[in-house]
Amino acid sequence: MIQITHLSKIYKNDEVTTVALDDVSFNIKKGEFVAIMGPSGSGKSTLMHIIGALDLPTSGKYILDGQNIGNLKDDELADIRNKKIGFIFQAFNLLPRTSAIKNVILPMIYGGISKDKREKVAAKYLKMVGLGDRMDHTPSQLSGGQQQRVAIARSLVMDPAIILADEPTGNIASAQAEEVMAIFQKLNEEGHTIVMITHEPDIAEHAKRIIHVKDGKIVKDGNGHRQRKINLNRKAKK
Amino acid sequence: MDIRELISEAVSTLTHNKLRTGLATLGIVIGIGSVIALVSLGQSSQAAVTSQIQSLGSNLLTVIPGAISSGFVRGAAGGATTLTYSDALGILTAPDITTVKNVSPEVSRRTQVTTSKANTNTQVIGATPAYSEVRKMEISQGSFITSRDVASMTKVAVLGPTVVTNLFGDGANPIGEPVRINGQSFRIIGITASKGGSGFQNQDDIVYVPLTTAQKQLFGVDYVTSISVEAKSEDVMTQAQDEVGYYLLNKHKLSDPALADFTIFSQNDILGAASAITGTFTALLSGIAAISLLVGGIGIMNIMLVTVTERTREIGLRKALGAKKKSIITQFLVESIILTVAGGVIGMIIGIAASYLISNLINLPFTLSLQSILVAIIVSGGIGILFGWYPARRAANLQPIEALRYE
Repeated sequence: MIQITHLSKIYKNDEVTTVALDDVSFNIKKGEFVAIMGPSGSGKSTLMHIIGALDLPTSGKYILDGQNIGNLKDDELADIRNKKIGFIFQAFNLLPRTSAIKNVILPMIYGGISKDKREKVAAKYLKMVGLGDRMDHTPSQLSGGQQQRVAIARSLVMDPAIILADEPTGNIASAQAEEVMAIFQKLNEEGHTIVMITHEPDIAEHAKRIIHVKDGKIVKDGNGHRQRKINLNRKAKK
Repeated sequence: MDIRELISEAVSTLTHNKLRTGLATLGIVIGIGSVIALVSLGQSSQAAVTSQIQSLGSNLLTVIPGAISSGFVRGAAGGATTLTYSDALGILTAPDITTVKNVSPEVSRRTQVTTSKANTNTQVIGATPAYSEVRKMEISQGSFITSRDVASMTKVAVLGPTVVTNLFGDGANPIGEPVRINGQSFRIIGITASKGGSGFQNQDDIVYVPLTTAQKQLFGVDYVTSISVEAKSEDVMTQAQDEVGYYLLNKHKLSDPALADFTIFSQNDILGAASAITGTFTALLSGIAAISLLVGGIGIMNIMLVTVTERTREIGLRKALGAKKKSIITQFLVESIILTVAGGVIGMIIGIAASYLISNLINLPFTLSLQSILVAIIVSGGIGILFGWYPARRAANLQPIEALRYE
């Protein structure tokens, strides 16, 4: 799904040259749930921007879902983001004063989905994240966890190749954070590929695979530990 | 996103901050309002001037003493007195003038007119019976000056309705009463019908006396101040102008038309000159109003730039979710166009109301052209595009990462 080979990103600012990513290579297969961890300044945000087609690498190759995201123009990148990537942000980034369902519809407007289909699809995913009864609420009428669930619904409507979450639990209470992670795990079980950036080890543990980044390099690539435990818990609850 | 969704989204964004939206629009409201009001007033006054001049008759030629080309020099040498009653009679009777129907020589001056109770300063015109026909003047009561009055220099006067009001009060019937002009007693024999006084000269504020009486007894002169010539039809105006011109050159023993001691002009000449003047005024005032429109446009640009900065994160999000440059540009352009068109429509209503009130106040006919309404809407929309373009482009060119990070 994601093939990254010898990827570097160098910021040049007047006389200061910053190497944010230094010859990074890794693959993410379809159906994986990967956490990218690292302290601030480690380059994980830069990595996320490149994976999210928000930024282009200085050198190296990035292939997403069989498509080379090398020298695409702004509008082509916008199209990739719209169709292949479902974004979930730390600050939720919902449009204020706009109902949950309209927020979820937004990517479909830019994706040229027909008007009749939009509402159906949006309602389906809002029900899936447990907000079927709050579709007309505006973000200010929803809790942090609920807002993030709206954002998750929004990330899914274009049926993206990967879901890219940037510190998805950074702004919400821990109980609700568990709920959000449970939704992630369920989505992963259903076959969605998830890439999550976080600096919290507890959260990262929910993923199947954890990539540690430091000083622009991958320092460790291993398995998560809480994966099975949470699954067992969920099954136990049922 | 179809246009209905775009508009409803833009309207909900704009109504969220009503005060700011209102203030931003105000510049356009004032700009469009003043342009509409001034253009409409300009058109009204032009229409008024045109109808006034045309009411004098479109086949009227006026001969005045002195030449326009060197009028001031001749004026100093006494050139302003070169026309006489006999010139007027000659124009009417000369065998080689075939296109002239009637001739009205006139001598006029502002003079004090009094009764035992009141007095007024008004225009006194010495006229012949031809005057009422040539100038298309009607008598409402009594009669106009007759040729016998002219021949025998009787002291009779015909008053305009404004003069009657000034001297005798509203609705009085002073026929047969005496009136003193320049200290001499005249008997009132008629009152003219109101022509509606407006514009340059109030045609109701005039006293008419026989030409000869005015020349010999009131003013002590033997010249006339103008000769009105009625051509047989509108089609022979040019010919009539030539015939009268050559006749007068001959009579005044002048061989070179460049030395003419008189000037002949037609109503069309006056109309052209008057239209040129009102047109220039209208253009000038509209130009000033257009500057306020420009300032209003800059205000819109300013507020749109602020909006773009404020909504940087929103723009970043939209771009992350797949909005292309075109979508962002459209979104912000629709907002600025709605701002300016709303301002344009409000300004138009205010402008029309203002011009209606002002025309009523100064007795102008109120004219409203569909053209100016369309122009107002198109211009305000155009301002929205012109001044919204730069902020919208700036929004569209934001880098999504920078925009998302923006606090």
